[in-house]
Amino acid sequence: MKKNGFLALSFHTAVMVFMLAPLVIVCLVAFTPGTTLSVPTTSFSVRWFKAVFAHSDLVQSFWNSLWLALGSASLSTLIAVPGGLAMTRFHFVGRNWLNGLFLSPLMIPHLVLGVALLRMFSLIGVTGSFLWLTLAHVLVITPYVLRLVIAASIGFDRTCEQAAQSLGAGRLTVFRRITLPMILPGITGGWLLAFINSFDEVTMSIFVTAPATVTLPVRMYMYATESIDPLMAAASALVVCFTLLVMILIDRLYGLDKILVGGKS
Amino acid sequence: MTNTRFLRPWFLSGPALLLFTALLVAPLILTGLLSFHVFDQVKGITQSWTVDHYLAVMVDPYYHVIFWRTFWISALTALICIVIGVPEAYILSRMSNPWRSLFLLVLLAPLLVSVVVRSFGWSMLLGPQGIVHAVLQIFGAGSIRILYTESAIMIAMVHVMLPFMVIPVWTSLQKLDPQVQDAALSLNATPFTTMRRIIFPQIMPGILSGSLIVFGLSASSFVIPGLLGGRRLKMVATIVYDEYMHELNWPLGAAIALILLIANLLIMVTYNRVVEGRYKKALG
Repeated sequence: MKKNGFLALSFHTAVMVFMLAPLVIVCLVAFTPGTTLSVPTTSFSVRWFKAVFAHSDLVQSFWNSLWLALGSASLSTLIAVPGGLAMTRFHFVGRNWLNGLFLSPLMIPHLVLGVALLRMFSLIGVTGSFLWLTLAHVLVITPYVLRLVIAASIGFDRTCEQAAQSLGAGRLTVFRRITLPMILPGITGGWLLAFINSFDEVTMSIFVTAPATVTLPVRMYMYATESIDPLMAAASALVVCFTLLVMILIDRLYGLDKILVGGKS
Repeated sequence: MTNTRFLRPWFLSGPALLLFTALLVAPLILTGLLSFHVFDQVKGITQSWTVDHYLAVMVDPYYHVIFWRTFWISALTALICIVIGVPEAYILSRMSNPWRSLFLLVLLAPLLVSVVVRSFGWSMLLGPQGIVHAVLQIFGAGSIRILYTESAIMIAMVHVMLPFMVIPVWTSLQKLDPQVQDAALSLNATPFTTMRRIIFPQIMPGILSGSLIVFGLSASSFVIPGLLGGRRLKMVATIVYDEYMHELNWPLGAAIALILLIANLLIMVTYNRVVEGRYKKALG
């Protein structure tokens, strides 16, 4: 295979700068000592980080987002694991149809899901309920968990299960001692991917959150449409750091490249 | 026994099916019904039926402008993503580790960072105090406004969508057999011919599915036009939000959202049928 030439490498450098520029700029501007959005050159300050932690709305919505992501990722794993096993272990009428339904939130714009859920929530009178918001998040993140569970349970040797069964293990024991440990990396990866997707979700949430349940991305979006100041830069920098932590965790537990490219490479 | 065995997959996927029926199928049907309700400025949503909301979108030039803008911005974004993403994926595939995995991460990992943060980063870069503005002024461009224009929306859109183009192209590049390339070169094909006749046809399905994803996501994106288009420059997603939250005309908002959904699905299905079907035949 031929090496990349000078032109190719310059193009590559430009693309890398383009991809990193907005993330680097928020992290730099967050340290500005002034009140304008400028890159600090002579002195650095953490005053805007202090301001973020003193901003009770931002702190409150961070906790909302955290609990929401933890709750919805866990719930979604609970329903996606049996769902994924049903898809891979059984041939039944309606399987493709069911699979299509479970993956459809990936195809439907989150905006449409947002307005649809808003209509239903207001009809049954649960607008502003944290539980229903969690269920809405479960809906949009379940496809991610399901895909990884399906990939994990297709990719392993069924004869282990059959061996256990022939040695007299009950169905539950087979699941607990054989199947579950073998698909565990897929479940962990799916949970983490679901967690970060729920934590980042904004377009659907903006329709179905109430002042008390506003999530961090929604709060930041609202704030940024009204004013752009270094406070937002500091909050953004903290979100970037938080996401980096989750990425490191994903990499340790599942493999970041595998999760990003789609589990097959 | 046979009877329970038949029921077992339904039992296992039951909780998920319940959730998807209650929170996906039912709300979509309710929204479909909502879009046919008459809206009254005083009384709000009334119980009588009409198709006026759909007619308004078809007839009113205000909506034509917004739908057309959404369409061309999305199409151009997909095109730019092809022009940047395909060569970049190819260059990456010719690198060796550890650079290859490192740069692939730089390219794809922004996917996991909140789109609000990325859009905000661009609004700082493109704003009047931003670096892009300063650089343009060095080249004597005067004071061009970038933020709150279509260009700003598109720059951020390409940034957010590029990973979705790189992933399928990268996947199809991984499947290439380097020996076929070597064979072509040893048979005296120029690098350009090898590229055009050997590599390109094989990664074409990847490019097509990438551009489909990019187009669909761009057409329905909300945060990017919201933060970089300002109050004046609307796209379909942002007017749906306005109808719901400011005008409180939910039926009209529902009609626009459903038109967006149906247009999206139609484009995906036809594209799949026409283009990918042809490629499947051609490649066996």
